[in-house]
Amino acid sequence: MGPQTPDDHEHRTATLEAFADTIIPGEKRSAGDRAVAGVGQGGGAVQAGAIELLEWDATGLTGGLGDFARALDGHATAYAAEHGIVLDGDVPAFVSLSYDDRAALVRWLTAPGHPEKALWVSLALFCNMAYDSAAHMSTADALAAGHPGLTAMGLSLPDADGLWRFRAWSYGRPLADIHPDTLPNGSLA
Amino acid sequence: MNSVERTDVLVIGSGFGGAIAAYHLAAGGAKVVVLERGPWLSSGEYEHDFKLGSSYTRIFDFVVGDGMSVLGGNCVGGGSVVYFAAMPRAPRFVFERRGSIARRMWPAAIDRDTLDPWYDRVEESIPITRQGWDDVSYAGGLWAAACRHAGRTANPVPAAVDTSTCVNCNWMMAGCRFDAKQSLLLNYLPAALAHGAQIRPLHEVQRISKTGDGGYRVHYLHVNDEDYRLTEGSGTIDAKVIVIAAGAAATPVILQRSEPDLGPMPYGVGRYFSGNGERLNTAVLNEDKVRDVLGLDRGDGLAYAANQIGKGPTVANWDRLDGSLPEYTRYSLEQLYFPPGLGTILALTDGPDASWFGPRKKEMLKRWQSWLIIFQMIEDDNEGVFGPPPERGNADRLSQQMLGVGRLSYKPTANTQAAWAMADADCKDILERDGLATVTPWTNDLVGAYTVHPLASCRIGDDPHTSALDDRHEVRGHPGIFVTDGSAVPGALTVNPAMTISALAERAVPGIVRAAQERGVEVTYGAPAPDGSTSGRRGTAHLVPSLMRK
Repeated sequence: MGPQTPDDHEHRTATLEAFADTIIPGEKRSAGDRAVAGVGQGGGAVQAGAIELLEWDATGLTGGLGDFARALDGHATAYAAEHGIVLDGDVPAFVSLSYDDRAALVRWLTAPGHPEKALWVSLALFCNMAYDSAAHMSTADALAAGHPGLTAMGLSLPDADGLWRFRAWSYGRPLADIHPDTLPNGSLA
Repeated sequence: MNSVERTDVLVIGSGFGGAIAAYHLAAGGAKVVVLERGPWLSSGEYEHDFKLGSSYTRIFDFVVGDGMSVLGGNCVGGGSVVYFAAMPRAPRFVFERRGSIARRMWPAAIDRDTLDPWYDRVEESIPITRQGWDDVSYAGGLWAAACRHAGRTANPVPAAVDTSTCVNCNWMMAGCRFDAKQSLLLNYLPAALAHGAQIRPLHEVQRISKTGDGGYRVHYLHVNDEDYRLTEGSGTIDAKVIVIAAGAAATPVILQRSEPDLGPMPYGVGRYFSGNGERLNTAVLNEDKVRDVLGLDRGDGLAYAANQIGKGPTVANWDRLDGSLPEYTRYSLEQLYFPPGLGTILALTDGPDASWFGPRKKEMLKRWQSWLIIFQMIEDDNEGVFGPPPERGNADRLSQQMLGVGRLSYKPTANTQAAWAMADADCKDILERDGLATVTPWTNDLVGAYTVHPLASCRIGDDPHTSALDDRHEVRGHPGIFVTDGSAVPGALTVNPAMTISALAERAVPGIVRAAQERGVEVTYGAPAPDGSTSGRRGTAHLVPSLMRK
């Protein structure tokens, strides 16, 4: 990878944000927000910390993020040409697409048989993890901070020591007949 | 500094297959070294945390293949530390399965009757609870009630969980902080250590070669304790007997990589892999219908909304485990908790434009507490084949922990696909009655199929062409090398396999002791259970002479 100017990095971040927002969409962070398409209510993968997670080398993706962004913009440019879409030169090509076009492109890139499928699935996996498990921060801290994904999913808060314990867990009564061949040890005969 | 380290028995892997062999051989007097590729954590280190680098990612491994991804343990204690502790015995018909080879795939010496005494021995060593309805989680209770509503039975699943200390936190895959789960760290492994066995974590075995005196040399790399992509030196240990129990996604890879030194491997090494026929469905429950149709109420104003609460699987529907039904139509439907991280991305929205991402998926995630995940275990066709080994280990590691790309290829046959479709339809039939839920299967389009119970990649059998191991678990053509993990199980079991893997490992020990004796090791067979109990030993005594035959 060659040296990057701040513009390169901004472009890369915007493109990756637009990808993450395609996976779990959120609402725009500001009126001028281009990367987040704004088709979701509340925070999506971007607000959940997708870029923080991707920029953490523990994922194994960080060194390739520039390539991911360039390739995605390349695919977006080709997609736009094929569909007669005029791109806005102010933002990276993928950011310039509407949500539905971004989604169609992601669907194509992650479909069985696409030669780059494994790469795009791995990128999507971490974008999803930023939202559904806040894998870049401690789960208890994420919940305390109102992390958009964990909060929307309704995860309960842990005890003061950071561990979950449920004092009620069972309906506490027989709810079905058991299989007639069940042995005293619980297995089938 | 050229001194060569020597031991009598070298065990690769410390999960069920490795721990059971290590305990009995050490207790019998052999010098035993266990090499484990993952770290060694104690219960105080098990965290309730999804952050990368917490215990969840340190001890759990996700290997992506072509058409099949495998989830497994990566720590001292192996699968027993991360599993959900369901311990049913395999149904009787399983041992008569023919599968893809059109004749009985299990060795003639093994059926349910001859394995039952070995199951008993495991049950004496690992405390297993027959759960009562008071132990069953809300999710399990909901599944039971839905099954009853559909005219089915439902069984609380026997589990290696001390229900008196379990707090139903559902963090089992990160290791049990409360020692409620009866992992191998609480029974076989401490007993092995007490008898002098050594366990070395972060030692990833790469290959085996010959020593020239009839013994073997095991070559390993030291793995960095935080970033598993890095290694820090290497070493070798010589041994008279080798027990490979690295897990069904790794054992065949070690043997494949050893082929240039050891000579040709049996055809069955790295073939006939089974994912235990596993597949998941997500039901999103209508809370009002749960209350109105099933009459369920938690007593706190909620009908269900308890996906997060519990201890993995607690209730299974076993109505299709009927030996009179044709092969590929028999399966379990088991309620299961699957944590976020890997447990949501493959779930599909319902309707004609089913999608794993996007606005509707986000709406589905909002109802996560009303999810009920159903785990299918069908009879697959042993379709998995391993390609040439990667540079090291069993995968090219992508992330510092947990995520790698392996060489397993799995193309489901029409039998497997039809069985999954049948089980999918059954889930829908049970859970969509009267508007209870909407049910969708997880997509196989992203990472292929997936399994938490890899099996059969180096299996026992009577036919040398379709089984890598003889019925005493010795690798054909390589005397003194044994395989005792899930690789040895011939095929899908239609239930959770840990109990069967353990029973087979117990059964394999007399033959391994015999081989060690023949190689000059002073070792005897006949240790009691790790806690000193002896009824399991009495129950298997009549089976031991034939397993120790020359």
